[in-house]
Amino acid sequence: MPSRAVRNVDRSLIRDKARLIRRETVRLTDICGSGHYGSSFSMAEIVALLYYQLLHVKAEDPRWADRDRFTMGKGHAAIGLFPVLADLGFFPSEWLDTYSRMGSFLGDHPEMKKVPGIDFSSGSIGHNLSVSVGMALGARLKGSPARAVCLMGDGEMNEGQVWEAAQAGAHYGLDNLIGIVDINGAGSDGDPQQTLRSEPLKEKWEAFGWNTIVLKDGHDIDLTFDALNRALNAPDGRPACVLAYTVAGKGVSFMEGTWQWHLGFLGPKDIERAYAEIEAGEIG
Amino acid sequence: MSQSEKYRANPPAPGMAYMSAELKKTIDLSESTVTDDFDERSWDMVVSLGLSRQLTTGKTLIELAEAGHDDIVVCTADLGRPTQVIGFGQAYPDRYFNFGIAERNMIGAAAGLATMGLTPVISNYSFFLALMGVENIRNDICYTNLPVKMVGTHSGIAMGFYGTSHHCCEDIGALRAIPNLTLMAPCDGHALSSALRTNIKHPAPIYFRAGRGREAVVYDREFDFRIGGSNTLREGRHATVLAIGNLVKAGLDAHDILKAEGIEITVVDMYSIRPLDLEAVRAAAKRGPIISAEEANVTGGFGAAIAEVIAEEGLGTRLTKVGMPDAYAVLGPPTHLYRHYGLDGEGVAAAVRKALKA
Repeated sequence: MPSRAVRNVDRSLIRDKARLIRRETVRLTDICGSGHYGSSFSMAEIVALLYYQLLHVKAEDPRWADRDRFTMGKGHAAIGLFPVLADLGFFPSEWLDTYSRMGSFLGDHPEMKKVPGIDFSSGSIGHNLSVSVGMALGARLKGSPARAVCLMGDGEMNEGQVWEAAQAGAHYGLDNLIGIVDINGAGSDGDPQQTLRSEPLKEKWEAFGWNTIVLKDGHDIDLTFDALNRALNAPDGRPACVLAYTVAGKGVSFMEGTWQWHLGFLGPKDIERAYAEIEAGEIG
Repeated sequence: MSQSEKYRANPPAPGMAYMSAELKKTIDLSESTVTDDFDERSWDMVVSLGLSRQLTTGKTLIELAEAGHDDIVVCTADLGRPTQVIGFGQAYPDRYFNFGIAERNMIGAAAGLATMGLTPVISNYSFFLALMGVENIRNDICYTNLPVKMVGTHSGIAMGFYGTSHHCCEDIGALRAIPNLTLMAPCDGHALSSALRTNIKHPAPIYFRAGRGREAVVYDREFDFRIGGSNTLREGRHATVLAIGNLVKAGLDAHDILKAEGIEITVVDMYSIRPLDLEAVRAAAKRGPIISAEEANVTGGFGAAIAEVIAEEGLGTRLTKVGMPDAYAVLGPPTHLYRHYGLDGEGVAAAVRKALKA
């Protein structure tokens, strides 16, 4: 499978876009009164690098056959993806203002039939790596340069279906298939490693036949770019998995490293603190 | 006495044994390990599968591919041989994906393939597809409304003494509650071929509820297998049997049994379970009592769907449901089970007599 061109992007732009993701996550959560702050903040640099530097998509042609596909096993973090899609022009940014309202296209989990730029609906953890296997098989069959990238959570590693998909990806030698695991240590019941241990993940993904790349800090822009770029643009006959160690709630001090802000709501006083920290932050 | 001891003590007349040299001659034995040196009643998997003649999925898909449908891809979970799509894999290896015993992944991958503009056909045992995979079918294929075609084979109690884990009587109840999903039941090989040929380009998901491939032949040719359609196979004025799957043949047998008693029944193959052919139900209600017949749990199943129409439209006729009771089946050979549960001609005839007396 061919690699695809990497856009020349200044690091400050990525930083700005990650800031956009965090700011909008706070704002949209304020519309509905409940949201996945922690999961969105932990993936901010990863998503910014994918959409502004690495993935090939066309906002003016969301169904472009050769676009790279992005699916979210951790669909509950869609609140962090919607602002990016709006920013890129996939849909009017006014849509964001309707977040979670009656009849809105935008809710806690992404819907492919309603939101341009969403490549697959999700919400049931553990499904989308399988879907991405199908996308990667389809791209290969059609001779398309499209790559299928699936962003998963660390709690998702408990889902048996992920490992079914891992076998299929390796069996079919899908080097246009990329898994990213956002290891932020936060789930509904606490740190997934405490709830049900999935580590050692590096050894597991390697044993399943994947080119496994450990990203020690998924908020360091250079390190994250390097890991994602190697996963997307150095095909070697195997699917690639980036194990991205991140911090839940990264960017807002009282949320960082906690599972308590996996889901939550900020009242008027605290929302200003969060906005201020996000604007002042120089992450990565 | 074991089967082989029985054979030894009392050799059955030629043609009476389950397996015979004559029967084997009708099967492609090129992959079989059973040679002429074997007892003529011995059989291996190749022989057995060769007799599942009504599983026409692979054959039909090859014909469609040959006719230019190069978008068809076939997915299975280590059941390419038992569900008879292996031939498609041999003819089109790059469009055949065996996902191993990992059904949920197979369903998700089929959805992914559909998003790439391909036409996936899943061929698998129904209990591992419809029952194990119901959440994946719902979230990945139906919520997304993707044009994935599913053929669930060996439905109902066709697996007999393999036991409850291999029976599939709850699929209709589960699947007919899923929005966007069309649910149809081809009752024999020609019906299955028709189902695929008519609907392969349908732009939304369809689940075809098929048998194990040993069904009695009802149709001598293919037909237009319409969504929302039905076929009236016999016409009679006293009562109507609305049947699906194996029970279509049972309905035809009941027709013949009852005719000798002066009872005339209409028999309809209601192959489109969802959406139902409402006109067929209305016409039946005008005629008299309705007997629904299915190889599935009557709770939430096909008969329940008929009951909903009768009640909601105020059709004011009596419904008798023939099917599996709301319990796990006892264990036994399929033929004995069908008799035990009244899923044969005698069983349907008895239900008709009872309905007419009520």
